Amino acid sequence: MSVKQVSVFLENKSGQLADVCAVLAENGMSLRALSIADTKEYGILRVIVPDADGALEVLRRGGYTCKLTQVLAVEIDDRPGGMAYVLQVLSEAEISVDYAYAFISHKAGYAHMILRVSDIDETVKALTEADIRTLEMDSLLTE
Amino acid sequence: MERYYQPEIECAPIEKIKAWQNEKLASQVRHVWDNVAYYRNLMQEKGVTPDDIRSTDDLYKLPFLTKTDLRDAYPYALLAKPLSDCVRIQSTSGTTGKRVVAFYTQKDVDLWEECCARAIVAAGGTKDDVCQVCYGYGLFTGGPGLHGGSHKVGCLTLPMSSGNTERQIQFMLDLQSTILCCTPSYAVYIGETLREMGYSKEDIHLKAGIFGAEPWTQEMRRDIENTLGIRAYDIYGLTETSGPGVSFECSEQTGMHINEDHFLAEIIDPNTGEVLPEGSKGELVFTSLDKEAFPLLRYRTRDICVLSRKKCSCGRTHIKMSKPMGRSDDMMIIRGVNVFPSQIEAVLLKQGYTSNYQIVVDRVGSTDTFDVYVEVTEEQFADTVRELTLHEEQLAGAMKLMLGINPKVHLVQPKSIARSEGKAVRVVDKRKLHD
Ligand SMILES: [Zn+2]
Repeated sequence: MSVKQVSVFLENKSGQLADVCAVLAENGMSLRALSIADTKEYGILRVIVPDADGALEVLRRGGYTCKLTQVLAVEIDDRPGGMAYVLQVLSEAEISVDYAYAFISHKAGYAHMILRVSDIDETVKALTEADIRTLEMDSLLTE
Repeated sequence: MERYYQPEIECAPIEKIKAWQNEKLASQVRHVWDNVAYYRNLMQEKGVTPDDIRSTDDLYKLPFLTKTDLRDAYPYALLAKPLSDCVRIQSTSGTTGKRVVAFYTQKDVDLWEECCARAIVAAGGTKDDVCQVCYGYGLFTGGPGLHGGSHKVGCLTLPMSSGNTERQIQFMLDLQSTILCCTPSYAVYIGETLREMGYSKEDIHLKAGIFGAEPWTQEMRRDIENTLGIRAYDIYGLTETSGPGVSFECSEQTGMHINEDHFLAEIIDPNTGEVLPEGSKGELVFTSLDKEAFPLLRYRTRDICVLSRKKCSCGRTHIKMSKPMGRSDDMMIIRGVNVFPSQIEAVLLKQGYTSNYQIVVDRVGSTDTFDVYVEVTEEQFADTVRELTLHEEQLAGAMKLMLGINPKVHLVQPKSIARSEGKAVRVVDKRKLHD
């Protein structure tokens, strides 16, 4: 019930993000979602791509430090409060979220949210009990 | 039971060693003064004559010799005997700049080989042993030194030189070698090849190894000892002073006894040249005491180590030196503390990073800034800022523990640290720009 995300270490220098995107594009990898966490000195780029293992391979070959992280993809209503509701459910279940980011679904009225948590199974359980749907890679790409 | 090659020398009372040193030093200085114009000029510049050197207490009055002197003196300017009295030369690899060539009379070769024989006996060697010498033979001192020492002890000597590892192992199996002499990295490689060939330590007869000519760690020692089923002994030397055998390890394995009847050791502050008391960390300086062809007075080795005259359980009385901890040319003084890149490197390797790092030192106002840039590895990469910050702090903490001062650690992308001829540029000291 989780998806693979590719995380890449990037220095905060101009052109770094463009370079990674170019490497992925040259290898025919399309980005489904992307988020960046950054500090003054470096950033962590997180991307969802259809072929995470393939992306890891081409980025490694390009000299990047990267790794796969298991994250949760959750379907939310594309309306104010949609994301807040999910976070509230998790907070009530005392599950802390390392990071989260969201993007629009292909399906009208919905959005997807990516979450990194320490215990995936427990989180899925809490979400399912609250009638929140978690997605596999296939539905994440098509919906 | 501990065995000695020359017990009356190796276990002599300290007063006796001192007396030998005083006597030999005076005549060695006289020999240099009479025969080496290059050094006589250095002495005259300092206003020192042989009459000023009556005992080892006067040693500090003599000028230093450096590697640069040896290169400038190439090939004959430090030679103290006619070439017709010399029987051998050995040389450094000369990868950087000019070579250094050392000359030997027959007596010089004999004394050098005796030093190596002491090391072999300290490692348990006797005339019943089969000693496999896989140091390189040729201009490099490793092979000839241990080879000669092995002969002196009376071991059956296998002059293998380095390379062709499968053949090395075949000889080791067929001739039942009991002592291995090579570089520590080659010993590791022999262990790996042994395994690949389908053998283990049970199949060979080695009991001891004498390893030197390059830096190695305690971890490597344990690894070699376990893989080959031996005790691994350290040996130290420089082509300039003769070769391996200037000092060697005994059964206690807590430092190397310097052959004090031939070499006088000092520890100095590499910046001021001031002689430091026993137990201080500093640059090792050697004065030969009875060399004929290539005597060196106060030669700066650039190796940083510590001397100790603490009583050794092996019974030898000669002073011990620690394994060199770094090179004085690399030493920086940051906020008043001596820092060696090798210390930073040790911390990084221990924590799963590569040795690609850069130290940047600068001065803001009157304070030194101390930044260490480290290339992030996949092993240490985490995908949250919190974890990465934690990793930076852990590294800084480990470095503080090692150095006593706190660096700021920065993780950077692989291959982003400037390289020069393929090697990362380790130190950028910007303070010099302000001076
Ligand atoms: Zn000892």
